[in-house]
Order: sequence, then C-alpha cells, then structure tokens
Amino acid sequence: MAILNVQGVCKDFGGLRALNQVNLKVQQGTVHAIIGPNGAGKSTLLNCFVGRITPDTGSVTFDGKSLLGIQPHEINQAGVARVFQTPEIFADLSLVENVKIPAFAKRDGSFRMDLWSRVGTHGEITDHAEAVLEDVGLADKLHMHAGSLSRGDKRRLELAMCLVQDPKLLLLDEPTAGMSRADTNATIDLLQRIGERGITKIVIEHDMTVVFTLAHTISVLAQGTVIAEGEPEAIKGNPKVQEAYLGGAHL
Amino acid sequence: MSAATIDSPGNQKAVAPSANDGGSSRADHIKFLIFALAVLTMPIWLSPIGAAYPDLVQKFAIFGILAIGFNILFGLTGYLSFGHAAFLGVGSYAAVWSFKLLTMNIVPAILFGVLAGGVFALLIGYVSLRRTGIYFSILTLAFAQMSYNLAYSVLTPITNGETGLQLALHDPRILDGPAGAGLPSTNLFGMLTVGYTGFYVCAVMLILAYYLAMRIRRSPFGMALRAIKSNQNRMNYTGFNTRPYTLAAFVISGMYAGLAGSLMAVVDPLAGAERMQWTASGEVVLMTILGGSGTLLGPVLGAGIIKYFENIFSAFNDQVLGRIFDFLPEGLQEAAVVLFSPFVGEGWHLTLGVVFMLIVIFLPGGVMEGVARIKARFDRSRSDTAR
Repeated sequence: MAILNVQGVCKDFGGLRALNQVNLKVQQGTVHAIIGPNGAGKSTLLNCFVGRITPDTGSVTFDGKSLLGIQPHEINQAGVARVFQTPEIFADLSLVENVKIPAFAKRDGSFRMDLWSRVGTHGEITDHAEAVLEDVGLADKLHMHAGSLSRGDKRRLELAMCLVQDPKLLLLDEPTAGMSRADTNATIDLLQRIGERGITKIVIEHDMTVVFTLAHTISVLAQGTVIAEGEPEAIKGNPKVQEAYLGGAHL
Repeated sequence: MSAATIDSPGNQKAVAPSANDGGSSRADHIKFLIFALAVLTMPIWLSPIGAAYPDLVQKFAIFGILAIGFNILFGLTGYLSFGHAAFLGVGSYAAVWSFKLLTMNIVPAILFGVLAGGVFALLIGYVSLRRTGIYFSILTLAFAQMSYNLAYSVLTPITNGETGLQLALHDPRILDGPAGAGLPSTNLFGMLTVGYTGFYVCAVMLILAYYLAMRIRRSPFGMALRAIKSNQNRMNYTGFNTRPYTLAAFVISGMYAGLAGSLMAVVDPLAGAERMQWTASGEVVLMTILGGSGTLLGPVLGAGIIKYFENIFSAFNDQVLGRIFDFLPEGLQEAAVVLFSPFVGEGWHLTLGVVFMLIVIFLPGGVMEGVARIKARFDRSRSDTAR
C-alpha cells in the first residue's frame, strides 16, 4: 500500500521549472531513496511534503489525506517528521528538553495551555525522551546545551526529536552530509536499527553506500523529473541513470 | 542592541555548562520564599540607602510586576515589544474609571485593569504577531504611539486628555454610600491603601506575579515559549501551532502590564496619557536587559535599579556631593564635585546610560549573569580549598 502518493507535481521558481510532472509512490514500511545530481529538485520535492512549498499543480496525498494547503504543524500532527539538511534543533535548550518538546506535541496536540504543571512531573514524557536519546547514543549528554554539540551529534539529536513522535513517515534530507566515514557508518547502523520499527522513510542522499545499504526503492530525479525508479540493482544497471546522473561512469 | 547579542548561547554556556532544565521544585520554592520575604521587608532593608519611603517602594513593586510580565514575552518567547506602556496606561484608565463609576474599593479596579490590559493586548497582539523580529517591534511601537496620541485627541471623553483622568466629587460611585465632604481615598474593604499599606498591596501582587511567572517558566507552556525563542521554524515542523502560543504569551504579558497600571492608580488615583509614551515602553526594555532577560529575578532587580537611580540620583546636588567627598582635602573635594556633578541631579540619565553600556558590553546577561559568575568563582575557590 502506498502511504505517500505524489501525482503530477509541478513547481516553477520564476522562469525555472524546479519540478516537472513528478509522480512518486512510497510504499508503507519501506525505505525510499531519492537521488539525483545537484539542482535536480530533491529538496524542493521534500519541501512540498512538509508544507514549506505548495506545488503549482498536482497532488500529494499522505495516508489518504491531501497535504496541500495545510500548515507544517498540521502535517506533523498527521504523522510526518523531518530531519533537515542543516540540523534544526533548539540550540538554547538541553538535549532532553529538545526531545521532550516533540513528545509533548505528539501527546497534547498542536496547542495546549498548560502553564501550571511542572515539566518534570510528566514522568512518561521524561522517560520516553531519555530512552530515545539513549537509543541514538546521546545518553551521556542529556543535560548539555544542544548548541554545543558536534555536527554529527546534532543530527542524531534531530533524529531523536523525530523518533520520539513515532512518525508514520520520516523524511531524511542528506542525513550523512559532511560526516566522516565513521560517523556515516554509525548513522547507517542507527537508521537500520530504527528501520526495524517499520517507519516508512524517504531519504535524500548523495552517498551511494548509504543509498544502496538502506533503500528498498530508488527514484532518480534529474531536472525536476523522475527519470527512473526501481530496486537498487535495477537502478545500478540502468543506462539512463548512468547517463544523467553520473555522466556515463559505472557505479 | 539586539536580542541576539544579549542572549547569544555562548554567554549562557560560559555561566552554565549544563542547561537549565527547570531546576528542582524544592529549590524553586526556597527561592520564592526568600523573594517574598525580601519584598515584604523592603521598607526595612532599603532604609540605609534612603529608598524606604512609601512612594519609592511602591514604584519598585509596580515596575517589578511590569518587568516580570514583559520578560515573559521578551525573555522567554523572544519577542521584543516596544509598546508595553500602552497596556500600562490602559490598566490605569480602567482602574480610575472603576473608582469613578463603581467604588473606591481597589479589588474591582485591579480586576478591570488586568482585564483591560489583556483585551487590549489581544487586539494588538493579534495583528503584531503576524510579523517577527524588528517588524514586530515596530508594529507594537506604532500601536502604542497611536494609543498615546489618541488619548490626547479623539479619546478625550475617556481619557480627559492632557489633564488626565481624575476623581471628582460628583462621580457616581454606585456601589459606595453617599459621598463625604472631600474626595474619597482608595481602600481595600475599608482599609485605606495609601502609604505603606499601598506598598503592601503592591508587594503582595508582586509576589503573586513572581509565583505565576515561576510556574509558567517551569510548565510545558513555558518550555514551548523558550523553544519558540530558540527556533520557531523547528517548532512548526515539530507539530506546534506557534501562533496561539505567542499570542497567549503576549496577552499574559499585557495583563501583567494592566495589573501594574491599575496599581499605579491604586496608590495615586489618576491616569495620564504620558504613561503610554514610547519612553515608558523603552524603560521596561532597559529594566529587563539590565537585570537579566530570561531570568526570573533579573527584571525585578532591573526595575529596582532604574527606579532607584531615577529617584535617588536625580535628587543629588552639589551640596550633597560635597558632603559625600568631605573626607578629601579642600582642592580635591571641589574637583571631585565638579567631576561627578554631571552624573547626578538632572544628569542621572548619564549615569544610567554608562551603567547600561557597561552591563551590555561586559555582562550581556545583566546583573543576574554577574551574580552567576561570582557564584561560579566562589564555588571554584571553595572546591580548590577543599582539595
């Protein structure tokens, strides 16, 4: 069953056609990678899924509901969480607070005026937040300022902020960009581990090791259009992909 | 002078390597009790520095409330309002109207002041919060100046224009009995609220205001406000509708200002439009930054420091300075008086300006950062001797 269904999405920026008739079906419980050269429209496409950009034409349906024209917080409440290319965290807050906040959003909805209870008295939120932080390997830094973390740790924290909400769909925008080989491998391990929970994931990635290790399905985007889609093995051998994406070189 | 430089995370890190997760309930309540005790005993411990007279301690308490409320919006949520004096003025007008129409009892006056501040904040906040950063500040400034000017022109029937809104003998005061000979005084169920009694009314309100601010700060709502200040974008993608959060913070903050405004009318039952001028809005910004924005106690300290300078330093003249420098030899004494006289009397603003610049440059977290640094140094030297 397709959890995310993208039909005929077009988006123009001024005279530039960033997305041109994009069709995409993401199957429930799979890891779907979107690859393509720089400027192919990958991040633009992801932005259409979280309400940052509204496509000019076409439809985006998630879990049977249209995602177009609704606010980012409504999309998140529907079960879509996103990890950004540059980690978006609460730099002035502690790690555990960073993870408690999305947990509160999941439990209490998009607005609740609870200004009397103490945060600390919500034991199940604290336990859950600490458990998820331990899961991503940040258990020893619970009370540190998130802003003082290394880049790799910030990504892990952002991932924890998404995982604590137990989303139906997790969007990962270049989760290993700028990471060392060791950090990249650690991230692959982490993503594989959380893959066992059956969360559907869309991954944008340049690192082919990551793509071919994690993905069940790969869509190749070039100049705003999906030029190929299929299982990793089929994509590897597809001459069209090699031409567009790698300039004819072999994977 | 932007919020970003004042609250750069680098400075916070220097003071507190482990983030403030909310502190324990016990520690909070001990601090609260100390605060309450210190506020109630102000007339005693402020007397050696000549600041214990009713007029001034009333101001400490009233502006403390204003600054605590302002800090909920600025320090917690990161929205710099430059129009907070408007809510103060509206609170005063509402309270005086309650004295004129209903009763001289202060309870309805305070309730109406808080309500008026809240309703006015709801209207202004609803529009202003469509923008963030400097645009938000400009919108609030524009609304406040508009209110100030309207109070002098079209709204004269409500505000009594330049004269200000005052009590009169023929006011209806429908809940009070027949009027006596002179103008009645404000009271709390018969107890006159002037002088130190007036101060204790303000002090109790300040303590309640502090307690509520403390609860808000430690609550999920307060944590959401801090997260909005840190990264509003992330909040939206995390499933929070940030608009009602910021609006609620704005309204709460406006209600604090309305409370402060009504208390001004309680201790002195008249209301003038000058209370709404932009300089008054700027003053509460200074108070909060001077004391330490984002902290619980800082804004109250800042309010106290500024009101102290305004009332005590401005009263100094060359004779007083001469007495202070009495211990110096003849020539030096005169030199010292000449050197310091631009900083006192009319020139107290100069002293305030210098202090403010020094604080912002060397202690961006305000007086509270200074306290935290001294405490950290003290802890370190103590652990050194222990070793």
